[in-house]
Amino acid sequence: MINQIREPLIFEISDPGKRAFSLPPLDVPEKEGLLAGVATRSEVAGFPEVSEPELVRHFTRLSQLNYCVDLGFYPLGSCTMKYNPKINEKVAALPSYASSHPEAAEDLIQGNLEVLKRLEDYLCEITGLKAFTLQPAAGAHGELTGMMMIRAALEARGRARKYVLIPDSAHGTNPSSAHICGYEVKEIKSNQKGTIDPETLEKEMNEDVAALMVTNPNTLGVFETDIRRLAEIVHAGGGLVYMDGANMNALAGVVRPADLGIDVLHLNLHKTFSTPHGGGGPGGGPVGVTGELEPFLPMPVVVEKDGKFRLDFDRPLSIGRVRAYFGNFGVSVKALCYILSLGPKGVRGMAEYAVLNSNYVRKMLEGVYHLKYETPTLHECVFSDKYQKEFGVSNLDIAKRLIDYGVHPPTMSFPLIVHGALMTEPTETESKRELDKFIEAMKAIDREARENPELLKSAPHVSYVRRLDEVRAAKNAVLRWEKK
Amino acid sequence: MSYIPISKKDEKEMLAILGISSLGGLFRSIPDELKIKHDLSLPGPLSEFELGRHMEEMAARNDFGGFLSFLGGGAYEHFIPAVVDQLGSRNEFVTPYTPYQPEVSQGTLQIAFEFQTLICQLAGLDIANASLYDGSTGAAEAVLMAQRINGRSKVLVSRAVHPQYRQVISTYIKNVGLQMIEIPYGSDGRTDHQAAAASIDDDVAAILIQSPNYFGTVEDIASFSDLAHGRSALSIVAVAEGLALGLLEAPGRLGADVVVGEGQSFGMPVSFGGPYLGFMASKKEFMRQLPGRVAGETVDVEGKRGYVLTLATREQHIRREKATSNICTNQALCAVRAAIYLETLGAKGLTEMAFQNAQKAAYAADALGAVPGVKRKFAAGVFNEFVLEFPKSWSDVDAALKKKGILGGIGLGRDYPELANCSLICVTEMKTKQDIDKLALAVHEVLS
Repeated sequence: MINQIREPLIFEISDPGKRAFSLPPLDVPEKEGLLAGVATRSEVAGFPEVSEPELVRHFTRLSQLNYCVDLGFYPLGSCTMKYNPKINEKVAALPSYASSHPEAAEDLIQGNLEVLKRLEDYLCEITGLKAFTLQPAAGAHGELTGMMMIRAALEARGRARKYVLIPDSAHGTNPSSAHICGYEVKEIKSNQKGTIDPETLEKEMNEDVAALMVTNPNTLGVFETDIRRLAEIVHAGGGLVYMDGANMNALAGVVRPADLGIDVLHLNLHKTFSTPHGGGGPGGGPVGVTGELEPFLPMPVVVEKDGKFRLDFDRPLSIGRVRAYFGNFGVSVKALCYILSLGPKGVRGMAEYAVLNSNYVRKMLEGVYHLKYETPTLHECVFSDKYQKEFGVSNLDIAKRLIDYGVHPPTMSFPLIVHGALMTEPTETESKRELDKFIEAMKAIDREARENPELLKSAPHVSYVRRLDEVRAAKNAVLRWEKK
Repeated sequence: MSYIPISKKDEKEMLAILGISSLGGLFRSIPDELKIKHDLSLPGPLSEFELGRHMEEMAARNDFGGFLSFLGGGAYEHFIPAVVDQLGSRNEFVTPYTPYQPEVSQGTLQIAFEFQTLICQLAGLDIANASLYDGSTGAAEAVLMAQRINGRSKVLVSRAVHPQYRQVISTYIKNVGLQMIEIPYGSDGRTDHQAAAASIDDDVAAILIQSPNYFGTVEDIASFSDLAHGRSALSIVAVAEGLALGLLEAPGRLGADVVVGEGQSFGMPVSFGGPYLGFMASKKEFMRQLPGRVAGETVDVEGKRGYVLTLATREQHIRREKATSNICTNQALCAVRAAIYLETLGAKGLTEMAFQNAQKAAYAADALGAVPGVKRKFAAGVFNEFVLEFPKSWSDVDAALKKKGILGGIGLGRDYPELANCSLICVTEMKTKQDIDKLALAVHEVLS
């Protein structure tokens, strides 16, 4: 990183007349008076004018201001920042995939439909569910899709019901997704193990409850050991069980959600299945369902018969479309590649080593950082700043200081049930050497908290920008460049 | 192929530290009866070489490449300069998470800020977000946003809006107390203004039109904005072909309150429908109702300029069920590509490219319109797509053209039964005069 050079906005280095682009001359006779009577423009006012060398330098410099998983350890909890294999990028960019049009006739896109069908099949095998849709573009989109199917299925049974039960440890998208489906959210308090008590659920379950939304392992990294009992309670009360599969990296090849009594779940292809996160997408949020819910899948559905693939639009009970075309197809290609690379043992292996790495980090930092829950954890664990708080140091300070050590900080202040949380998920694609470096950094930061807390409170020290004023950004919102 | 960098020696050491004898012991918190007892039934593992070959074979079962294609209708083939792939595939952009730690994410954040600026300039509006999933879900988000703003119960949506966008809107609004009323299109291929005027009342939250609409026709945005504003409803303009904004007046300057659309044309390959790029811009007064991630400018403790994700109090991780949207992960990398693309084309290049699209489409429409038996279905001005009516069913014409190696457009009969003899033809800058002449000749041969 060349931290000393301040990179201006492209608009600030724009010079009239510069070009980074050229077109061949128009090869049809120019027609006068085209679009007569329609309001047009002769250029986009404010757009930059730069040369190609300047443009390339601009974006290359900006790229160097990003931390990324290809650069180092990225233990962002519940985000599963694992390595993204490069062959998968290459495959998704093959012209036969990347240039194919979504409105092309079925006989011209058999390869694409096969990609979709195979990925659906393999996700069914991994989760034990009956059918999948690949239309949702991200996890939250999958939640919305899944909850819509739950609503449709309950309506088909007679009544959509009113409430969705969501534990207090859940990701914020869960209540938000349930809300768009017309449900009111009732929060369930976690017990002192950080999980849901069957007794608590039993009290909340009634004929107005449509569903339980449960993340398993939950956001503490803890497996909901009573999950089957929980599902039985919901089913006995006439409801359905939705599983947020964001943490499937801990379970793949070990536990199949369908065996736990799950009716609907979404997966995050950009977490468990290694498709890169792209700084916030594109992702993939496929949704799997049991046989009962299959008729409600978004349409169209890919159908395979005698080695031929076609799109089935005749789905009278379908909730409809949740996105144009077939979702983030390029992302689905990469996820399929990943599963094929790993094979059955590799899929289980990813869960095993993810849990090994996480437990190793937990063990090595136990006692140095506070753990609110002593319950065993799987792929992630949630430390807190309780010990360092005595010296006036918060999780924010610890996170910012980690940047100085060349490590991306863990997820902060989430889940909400742990005050001052540092949610740490190493993933399976980190070496012991990398984990040890992180552990040493965390220990050093703890020492600094005791000896020189100011060093942490003023961190980061070596980054391109120091600590940014987020309050000012929200209060005096400047969301675009404007010519002075 | 395995991507696990733990050696057997490390594994042994780590297990010893944990006091466990094997990897299976790591899952002791899971009751045994819940675990699977067998290997999953999956193919693989494949080496990189095998995987590449396997996926190439699957790709070869697509039979698209050899055709001269005039398909558009929401997914457009445009020239993508080499810098877009080169810069847009840099690992520093591809492999970070959402920029929750702004101090180490200034690349993604500054580009998001530039992207928002570019979208504002294209839309002619004050503010924009950092992306949505795509045009269809963006349109649905715009409708929900209108409902949040004025609390009304109906939305008027033109039937000339992309059929799949309308389907997605219909799915999204089913459970939030909103009713969608479709406004027919008129004989000129534009939304029927009189019909909209007859349908609007004080319960209407917004009028949503698309321009250029699904038929390629440019709508009279100002007249629908006036109609909406006359009832204090919002004017929403959807854009499925973003490139059109290089040539057509910014919708915001024609009264649109919200402009939402598909940015695939800004550097994303057609890729069988995704990943694409939803964008949304609005007037500043609706800032607190905007869905999705937004980057904002601020300063650090030394007064240096920097960027952060901001206005988080609208979002699900703070507001939970009261959030403006449930969206979390969006299409950030696609927005990076779009920023690179738009800045490469620049103020003049985007307009020139749009101009060529309009000219080539006009040439094609004239050439095809001159074929005996073929007629332009709609008279109103178009951008780079137009509708032709044939003397027989489109599926017959389509099949005959396919035999000649041409994909002659999207049949409209599936979504518009009354247009069973019609096809939507798209001509971008990627088509040469020769290509267009070839199409016209082929249609001539097919019909004679």
